[in-house]
Amino acid sequence: MALIDLSKKEVHCKIVYYGPGRCGKTTNLLYIYQAMDESDRGKMLTIDTKGDRTLFFDLLPLNLGKISGFDIRIQLYTVPGQVMYEATRKLVLKGVDGLVYVADPLLVRRERNIEGLEDLRRNLEAHNLKLEEMPIVLQYNKRDLVDTPVPTLTIEELEADLNSELKTKYFEAVATTGVGVFETLKEITKRTVRYVAEKHLLTKM
Amino acid sequence: MADFVITAQAQEKAGNLLINSLIKAGVRTALLIDSAGNVLANCGHEQQHIDIDAISLAALAAASLAATTQIAKLIGEDDFSLLFHKGKHGNIHFGRIGQELILITIFGDDVSLGLVRCRVSELAESIAEIFEG
Ligand SMILES: Nc1nc2c(ncn2[C@@H]2O[C@H](COP(=O)(O)OP(=O)(O)O)[C@@H](O)[C@H]2O)c(=O)[nH]1
Ligand SMILES: [Mg+2]
Repeated sequence: MALIDLSKKEVHCKIVYYGPGRCGKTTNLLYIYQAMDESDRGKMLTIDTKGDRTLFFDLLPLNLGKISGFDIRIQLYTVPGQVMYEATRKLVLKGVDGLVYVADPLLVRRERNIEGLEDLRRNLEAHNLKLEEMPIVLQYNKRDLVDTPVPTLTIEELEADLNSELKTKYFEAVATTGVGVFETLKEITKRTVRYVAEKHLLTKM
Repeated sequence: MADFVITAQAQEKAGNLLINSLIKAGVRTALLIDSAGNVLANCGHEQQHIDIDAISLAALAAASLAATTQIAKLIGEDDFSLLFHKGKHGNIHFGRIGQELILITIFGDDVSLGLVRCRVSELAESIAEIFEG
């Protein structure tokens, strides 16, 4: 749920990176954190378990400049992907305005990608939200693995598995080196801000 | 859950309520947030209030309270009525305001928990009115 502050002329939106465990959600946020100017980003908050797995969520607040006179503040969240943390994923989706679904290209993760999208649909429904009505983009991450001997999914396979109904924009990415990371962020931000602005007719205010 | 649109007027009204009722009673920081973790108002004593990372605090508090409600349900409660953590130098209290808002107060041992709880519940209705109409 966006927060529109007419006194400070700010719009605050919440964008959640969703996807199966280990697909690279936290890596996306870390890359954005490291690449952005300190004045345009807040502290990155991560709640890890002992390993490197996200237990609760990651949060990265960003200032993305002005649109029609409003300062755009975005909060990027990730969810823990492991199946057992479904309750946590539901909490993080509360008040979501936009979504990035990050998919893992490993052939062995094929089912996980599909299940993750179903899990997202179900958890949005718990908040009375419909996946088809939300701003969402797909990110096919870890494309660097395509050139290695590890069996991976092709873009056509990923599209057939994940995007045949959504028919939304997808980005190929290598989150570890930043390929596609800002392209993904830019597109979802644009869609999310447009979605929130249209709801509130901000251009008329 | 609807989006929150806050006007300068609403913000000033809420800020005044928080200052008069809590900050003047000795509370260090009063932070009004929504259940998605957005900050709606942030008031406090000039000197003691500077270093709080309100955005992180709001995100964690919203998630932690949502988790607490789920814990309550697991043991057959609707919710817990007292949400409070006691520290060495400061204490923090979370008060629900209507369905969607949370009022976080941070205070030292010079302020009693009873007073804070009382003030927060007095404020609940007037704040809910300002933002939820
Ligand atoms: N080869 C490769 N590894 C990646 C890429 N993105 C993330 N990883 C690695 O995948 C693992 C899991 O990433 P993480 O961001 O923690 O996944 P999360 O569970 O979705 O948050 C880490 O070891 C990352 O370094 C990528 O684009 N290419
Ligand atoms: Mg993670």
